[in-house]
Amino acid sequence: MSLTEKKPLEKVCIICAKGSLEDVYATLVMANGAVMEGIETNVFFTFFGLDGITKDRMLSLHTATTGNPAMRMPGGIPFPTMLGGLPGVEAGVSKMMRGQMEELDMPPVDEFLEMITAGGGMIYACKLAVDMFKLEQKDLHDEVDSIITIGDFYGLCDGDRTQIIFT
Amino acid sequence: MAIKTIAGAQVNVSEEGYLEDMNQWNQNIAKEIAGEVGIELTDKHFEVLNFLREKTEAGESLTIRKVGKSGITDIKGLYTLFPKGPLKFSAKIAGIPKPASCV
Repeated sequence: MSLTEKKPLEKVCIICAKGSLEDVYATLVMANGAVMEGIETNVFFTFFGLDGITKDRMLSLHTATTGNPAMRMPGGIPFPTMLGGLPGVEAGVSKMMRGQMEELDMPPVDEFLEMITAGGGMIYACKLAVDMFKLEQKDLHDEVDSIITIGDFYGLCDGDRTQIIFT
Repeated sequence: MAIKTIAGAQVNVSEEGYLEDMNQWNQNIAKEIAGEVGIELTDKHFEVLNFLREKTEAGESLTIRKVGKSGITDIKGLYTLFPKGPLKFSAKIAGIPKPASCV
């Protein structure tokens, strides 16, 4: 075997453990991108990441306007933390961000999940986190295949051209 | 850039095999490229290919979502037509540059 032989990625298993707008979208973009490249894709939502697949919450995800040093005003000047704490500011900024993503043809979360499963990607919820947040399968988006344990998840990560990605 | 003979025609292709000039494309070239990736083209395929070519000529960026909303097919259908490469294979067969798109 030559040392320069290419070994293309065959499978990715992506874990989403955080529920901010950007964390969930990072997961969705990476998962959808993998499916589009013909890579087998499993996505595992756990802890606050569950917000990304919970019907009541998935369409109103927020990005943090306090404690987020990368936050900028339109035009690029730093976003004052004091301003970020005012009522409604985080919701407004998050709405603006969703609008900007829509312009780039990034779909809302529910449609994004449908795009991933349309190409054969699989969506799972973490049993421990589902129990902790007192959720049931009916609370989760229809594209969620099932609620599985972390052991089940690792079982899905077999194969020597598989990568686990934690976003 | 390299010159390659596809379906009897001399065309300029990129390193990854995408046509550099979409005007050099014809249906026979499409069929031959499709064969290389294991796809046999139907009328439905050509509807998608023509859609992609029109959007490219208009200077629009391409995404699978846009194809899904075109009325030609939904995203699931697009994956059925171009398995494992709904955008990269369809673009290659359509004779357009590789889309610089992440969705």
